[in-house]
Amino acid sequence: MKVVVCVKQIPDPATPYTLEEGTYWLIRPEAQVLDDGDRYGVEMGLQIAEKNQGTVTLVSMGPSGSGQGIRQALAMGADKAILIEDPSLRGSDALTTARALAAAIEREGFDLVIAGTESTDGYSGVVPQMLAELLGVPALTFATQVEVATGTITIHRQTADGYDLVEATLPAVVAVTAGVVEPRYPTFKGIMDAKKKPIEDPSLVDLGIDASSDQKVASIVDAPSRTGGRKIEDDGEAHLAIVELLEERKVI
Amino acid sequence: MASVFVFVEQDGDRPSNLGLELLAKARTLGEVTVIYLGKGESTNLLGEHGASRVLLADPGSRLPAAPVAAAIAERVTSEKPDLILLGQAYTDRDIAGRLAARLGVGVLSNASDIRLVDGSVETDHEILGGSMIATATSSMGPFIVLIRPKSFVAEAIGGPAPAAETLELPDTGPAEATITGSHAEEREGPQLGEAAVVVSGGRGLGSVEAYGMIEQLAKQLGAATGATRAIVDAGWVPYAKQVGQTGKTVKPDVYIAAGISGAMQHLVGMKDAKTIIAINKDPDAPIFSVADLGVVGDVHKVLPKLIEALSAR
Ligand SMILES: Cc1cc2nc3c(=O)[nH]c(=O)nc-3n(C[C@H](O)[C@H](O)[C@H](O)COP(=O)(O)OP(=O)(O)OC[C@H]3O[C@@H](n4cnc5c(N)ncnc54)[C@H](O)[C@@H]3O)c2cc1C
Ligand SMILES: Nc1ncnc2c1ncn2[C@@H]1O[C@H](COP(=O)(O)O)[C@@H](O)[C@H]1O
Repeated sequence: MKVVVCVKQIPDPATPYTLEEGTYWLIRPEAQVLDDGDRYGVEMGLQIAEKNQGTVTLVSMGPSGSGQGIRQALAMGADKAILIEDPSLRGSDALTTARALAAAIEREGFDLVIAGTESTDGYSGVVPQMLAELLGVPALTFATQVEVATGTITIHRQTADGYDLVEATLPAVVAVTAGVVEPRYPTFKGIMDAKKKPIEDPSLVDLGIDASSDQKVASIVDAPSRTGGRKIEDDGEAHLAIVELLEERKVI
Repeated sequence: MASVFVFVEQDGDRPSNLGLELLAKARTLGEVTVIYLGKGESTNLLGEHGASRVLLADPGSRLPAAPVAAAIAERVTSEKPDLILLGQAYTDRDIAGRLAARLGVGVLSNASDIRLVDGSVETDHEILGGSMIATATSSMGPFIVLIRPKSFVAEAIGGPAPAAETLELPDTGPAEATITGSHAEEREGPQLGEAAVVVSGGRGLGSVEAYGMIEQLAKQLGAATGATRAIVDAGWVPYAKQVGQTGKTVKPDVYIAAGISGAMQHLVGMKDAKTIIAINKDPDAPIFSVADLGVVGDVHKVLPKLIEALSAR
């Protein structure tokens, strides 16, 4: 079974994000980390591959930089990676991203594609659905539980007040939520092995795509801001201030 | 006049609130056609909220996204609407993504406002926890826009019953999936998205048992209970209670945050509450920057006293 996991390298969320003047594109440093939300997809992929004599291929689009984020995912146990990088892909919107990923995935072949529900830095939240449409397969999204049997996949799909059971035949795309599985930590051996694992870098010509996004950010302004009000230290009586405010607001 | 398609999901026996919010905006932008997902009940309400036509899409037990996106794409090709509005919600996102890929156009996600300007679209997006607003533009239509819940206020304007017709859903073959069952979490008290008062807890509660205090306080106030992603991921409470960027957007009269740091992904979901009360032991917690009343203290001391004071009344 061929499992492909979409992973994104992002600037470390613990550092302040900076935007390029004029385009408002996110400035991506050399050293990017694996998007935390994609660790769940990698773990899911590894578990499914382990149970089904499969392989796990990572696919990523974006500037490689030091490649540290990709190595993180390889160190968890994925077999190899495909990294699509091209200057013309800078500032790509979700559709351009999905087209690049889909082209690489189609070229590689797949039974199951796994993605996250939304990326931490872009959170357009539609790349997996676009991928599924481009690949002509179902998108099983918002998955909180995933079961793969011979030729079929069943998930729990989050709904506003619970979940639906959704079933489809493979091949398919599944988009997993954080918490779907507990991601493993790379072992020392995993980290050493990752250094030797192949990272392919196909060109846009190899993939038969060109990049064009028509969405632009025109401006960024400060939002009308909400300011904090009164702050009090609890001296054992702070609950009374809450009661008072609730009375004032006619909640009680 | 612009032509606007609006996706509305049926919730219970009537259009969802999110759908009616979208209509409040859509009717100011042009002539409105609703794509109505579900059994097709209460279409009159859609008319009262400004729809002049309704296309009924009932996929039954088929997962809606693939067939509905295919059907909308056909209509888009023949009718050429300027704009397709959907909500930032599960099925909406699935349909928007597939539809965009089919039509070869982009999706503007997470918009909080929208304007049509000389054949282009302009959308506003709250970024960095709502501290900044980015305005995006796109000139290649049809524009597909996902609007965050609570961006507009649903209001009936008393329009006539709309013309209704069935939207045929094509067989999308290998892209089909089936819904084989459904499970709803038990819920006490009002719905999180609609409640006038919301009491939410975060990791600062320390344990799943301590969430009992949140439930008790909510009961006393007739409030809905909410949570941060941290404690949803930890399995303390079901996802249906998550407030924030990837959970629900709430706009209650009063929001009480207990043991919540105030990460930007949480703030975007609740910072528009009329009054915010926060309890956190860290005086520098970001939640205090939006709180009308901030109590620097231990939830294990403040909450029990608050609950006791309220039950003594
Ligand atoms: C793509 C993405 C989407 C996300 N979407 C969401 C979302 O929709 N909703 C969401 O909530 N989060 C979301 N998050 C997660 C978010 O970034 C935070 O991690 C999360 O909100 C933190 O939850 P918390 O406040 O409960 O926990 P923490 O950040 O750990 O905060 C706990 C707080 O409790 C305080 N505390 C500790 N002990 C006590 C005590 N005894 N008494 C009083 N206070 C105490 C601490 O001072 C601290 O401020 C998202 C993250 C990403 C990357
Ligand atoms: N540039 C990218 N490279 C690889 N995977 C991506 C990329 N962008 C998005 N994805 C995948 O799509 C999911 C949703 O992303 P988004 O639509 O950007 O919110 C992510 O969790 C990733 O799994």
